[in-house]
Amino acid sequence: MLSCQNVSIRYQVGDFKNIGLKEWVMRRLTGRYNVVDFWADRDITFSLDEGDMLGIIGTNGAGKSTLLKAVSGIMEPTAGKIDRKGNVVALLELASGFDGDLTVKENAYLRGAMLGYTRRFLDETYASIIEFAELNGFEDRPFKQLSSGMRSRLAFSIASLVKPEILILDEVLSVGDGAFRKKSEAKMREIIKSGATTILVSHSIEQVRTMCNKVLWLDKGRQIDFTDDVKGCCDRYEEFLAGRK
Amino acid sequence: MFEKLAKHRFLFEELVKRDFKKKYKRTILGMGWSMLSPLLTLLVMKVVFENFFGRNTAHYTTYLFCGNLLFAWFSEASSGGMMSLYNNAGIFSKVNVPKYLFLLSGSVRTLINFALTLVLFFVFCGLDHVAFTWRFVLLAYPVATMFLFNIGVGMALSALFIFFRDIDYLWRVFLQLLMYGSAIFYMTDGFSPKVKFVFACNPIYRHIAYFREVVLEAATPSLETHLALASFAAAALILGVFMYKRYNTKFLYYV
Repeated sequence: MLSCQNVSIRYQVGDFKNIGLKEWVMRRLTGRYNVVDFWADRDITFSLDEGDMLGIIGTNGAGKSTLLKAVSGIMEPTAGKIDRKGNVVALLELASGFDGDLTVKENAYLRGAMLGYTRRFLDETYASIIEFAELNGFEDRPFKQLSSGMRSRLAFSIASLVKPEILILDEVLSVGDGAFRKKSEAKMREIIKSGATTILVSHSIEQVRTMCNKVLWLDKGRQIDFTDDVKGCCDRYEEFLAGRK
Repeated sequence: MFEKLAKHRFLFEELVKRDFKKKYKRTILGMGWSMLSPLLTLLVMKVVFENFFGRNTAHYTTYLFCGNLLFAWFSEASSGGMMSLYNNAGIFSKVNVPKYLFLLSGSVRTLINFALTLVLFFVFCGLDHVAFTWRFVLLAYPVATMFLFNIGVGMALSALFIFFRDIDYLWRVFLQLLMYGSAIFYMTDGFSPKVKFVFACNPIYRHIAYFREVVLEAATPSLETHLALASFAAAALILGVFMYKRYNTKFLYYV
């Protein structure tokens, strides 16, 4: 269904961003152009079968989000191979990427289009999207007037309609407060249960323990473990975290 | 590419709509302004230059308008196109969509804007007592090549802008230069063959000249002119597509 073989991703860090053409030429001429390679991920290998749920654990900067970007096809790996069968939907940093000048309705359609829905599908489900996000009466408001809670509710509500073969989640299992949190968690479980192969990045070890059947542990871009012994791996990860403190 | 385009048709439509709404802020005035501003430029140029260049020229207003019409389109399309990747970085760094969609949606918007001004242009031709002939149909050709040329230039610029943010200023200076170098308000008859050759290499000037030949002289431009316009468009497109292909996966690291 999905396999990664020796996937490595290299970033460049250093002087190259935002320096402009003049500055770039100057630095090239004077030899002060410093670019350092930085490997966000190194030799990651894993494979998933249909219906698998993979939890990716690791501290901040372990390369989790970068790996997800490569798996979803947003980024090309510098080395290695990624094979995917079926359509991939990645829900990354949901609340960003909306347009402040457009209304709620326009943003909903734009976002839906980005996620690969058809117009007809959106026409049919639009009412329930607004209903689920509890945004009745806000539909013609410019997006910049919404609170951040409302934004993430709308984002989640649109995204939760996906029916992908491979689903990638980056900390989006639950959004909002109180009642909505419960509602969104239930919805998410429903999607996962419907048989999609899922990859989940979470800082909550409990979530990984209860939901996943495989786990991938990354640390500073290196693969520490990939196993279906979720309990054992989570135990060792928690020991590792405790040891660092 | 066309297969992909069909797949993303809905997204493309929504992007065009978005660009439109953002440009005109949903007001009639916004739309009116985009037609008024070329008229104001035209008025200023007419007042300033008519005494110098317009005395011996019939239909000087139409002559000016031909130049302004096409130059304004190129100027808007290239400057807007330059920002198309950068402004949508929030989208393509999170969703896997073809990046040229953003540029194409902007191009369609500027094309429609151009069409509005073109209607105005024909009204002015009428007011200026220019004879309408069947040859006006030929104008579709330079519009098509200019559209493609704009896309190519926009692609190249938008890719460059991701890497070098000060391209913006340099491009504005270049546009200024191009404006004076495209014979918008003066005639090219008196120049030496060398200078004329420079004009012949200027894509914007060639498009303007095509318009003038059809509208003011009621003539059919030569085959060489048609080939030149097509080659300009092809060259720009090849450059743009090459930049996108080459740097497609790198943009992400720079935004």
